[in-house]
Amino acid sequence: MGLEQFINEAISPWLKQDGPDSDIVMSSRIRLARNIEQIPFPIVASQDELEGVLHFVQNHFNHQSFEHYKNLEFVQINELTTTEKQVLVEKHLISPHLANKSNDGAALISKSEQLSIMINEEDHVRMQLYFPGLQLEKALEEAFQIDDWLEEKLDYAFDEHRGYLTSCPTNVGTGMRASVMMHLPALSMTQKMNQMIPAINQLGLVVRGIYGEGSEALGNIFQISNQITLGRSEQDIIENLKSVVQKLIEQERHARAVLMDQSELALEDKVYRSYGVLERSRIIESKETATCLSDVQLGIDLGIITNISKSILNELMVLTQPAFLQQYAGKTLAPQERDVFRASLIRERLTLEQKEEF
Amino acid sequence: MICQDCHQNSATVHLTQVINGHKTEIHVCESCAKEKGYVSEEEEPYSLHNLLSGLFHFDTSAMEKNSSNQTKLNKELTCSKCGLTYKEFTQVGKFGCASCYQTFGDNLNPIFRRVHSGNTTHEGKVPRRIGSDIYQRKKLTDLKRTLQQLITDEAFEEAAKVRDEIKSLERDLNQDGEGEA
Ligand SMILES: [Zn+2]
Ligand SMILES: [Zn+2]
Repeated sequence: MGLEQFINEAISPWLKQDGPDSDIVMSSRIRLARNIEQIPFPIVASQDELEGVLHFVQNHFNHQSFEHYKNLEFVQINELTTTEKQVLVEKHLISPHLANKSNDGAALISKSEQLSIMINEEDHVRMQLYFPGLQLEKALEEAFQIDDWLEEKLDYAFDEHRGYLTSCPTNVGTGMRASVMMHLPALSMTQKMNQMIPAINQLGLVVRGIYGEGSEALGNIFQISNQITLGRSEQDIIENLKSVVQKLIEQERHARAVLMDQSELALEDKVYRSYGVLERSRIIESKETATCLSDVQLGIDLGIITNISKSILNELMVLTQPAFLQQYAGKTLAPQERDVFRASLIRERLTLEQKEEF
Repeated sequence: MICQDCHQNSATVHLTQVINGHKTEIHVCESCAKEKGYVSEEEEPYSLHNLLSGLFHFDTSAMEKNSSNQTKLNKELTCSKCGLTYKEFTQVGKFGCASCYQTFGDNLNPIFRRVHSGNTTHEGKVPRRIGSDIYQRKKLTDLKRTLQQLITDEAFEEAAKVRDEIKSLERDLNQDGEGEA
């Protein structure tokens, strides 16, 4: 398979779309956790009970469509190879828990890959919905509609006092985790992000560096999400999250402007060096990849680099993950081999840009 | 920022916890966060492991002091539906089924308060189909509150309208009840 076709199939269609503030906000996500009344939660349920849930969902929802979420495909996890499972994890369509720990797990995935409904994860039903850019209200509105649609067939475990009942006490109430993925290179470079984090935490939000196997926030990509699910309405939670995200966008824009104003040449140098590394290297680790991609993305957003598409960070952060590389290579790769394949995939991907250009 | 636990890696997980009513900042690396149970492998902000074991110690000391029957009862609380005991719950940090919530009842309040910044009661969405009764009852409570206010304000014309609305809502609710029985 050619690289172009591979990328086309690998990247979720919704990721290629632009959204509000998508130069800084990579995506917005709403996740709702639900359980079915009368059936014990997955950690306690018997094999028979879990299979019952699985078959019920398969019979009622496989190949169904809801509004523009067309043709939900029922994917049974234990029928997938290890690499296939891992690819779904790297695309954020299923959780590592569903891939590795659930016995009778499945997922209903919409054609656009914007909607994924995990079955028999920690809870019976975990629906997650993605939107490009900052679109929390839209995501919540549609998540509620999908929730109502599922509820036509499923009897949810709900208590007037405690709300939606979940396996973990950290999810009870709304069962909602709203999160926003942000690219904040200027705030990170200027050490401002570290100063802002405590204030964000005080507002009941969790900040996490995502990506990376060890301990670092790779690619200056941060995930901001709500910590509290009980005692506040979904709308309030989202309003709080949104206002913090908007502040961060403002601060990031300001920091970018200051950088351009005070050290344009140094910034250009940094951006072009990273571009050079991506374009020329023969062996590259994921950490260096993320750092360089973040620099190049910043260069694109500031107009320093003009011949690369705006979605490069989003795209290559996913494509250079281990399982994707192995799928592209068509075989299992040792870590050192991955670094070689990663370098060659990035080089080829950048060559593709130049072809489009001329 | 360096991880406050291992002092080696950079801190990438940031959150606050309310401990004894005080907000405490936590800045740790991903691996320490997982190890200490602040975050699970998925995207949960933090697991309950530490919080619960903290509470559990508190319980034990309370029992040693006065060995009240109430505390003893808590220890033996068992969910009749799934068999999970309250003690197991505090160790695992997960419920076994929906009935656990009822079984453990008000014992859960301190835990919820700790995890959810002082809250114990749901404020959000109500399921559309199975919750329509709850939704109506909530609306009824709201209307009754409005009526009180209108009467206090001597807005009698509007109050009469609201009273009619309450009556018709109450009629609907009663009919639903009979229909189900
Ligand atoms: Zn650490
Ligand atoms: Zn139970």
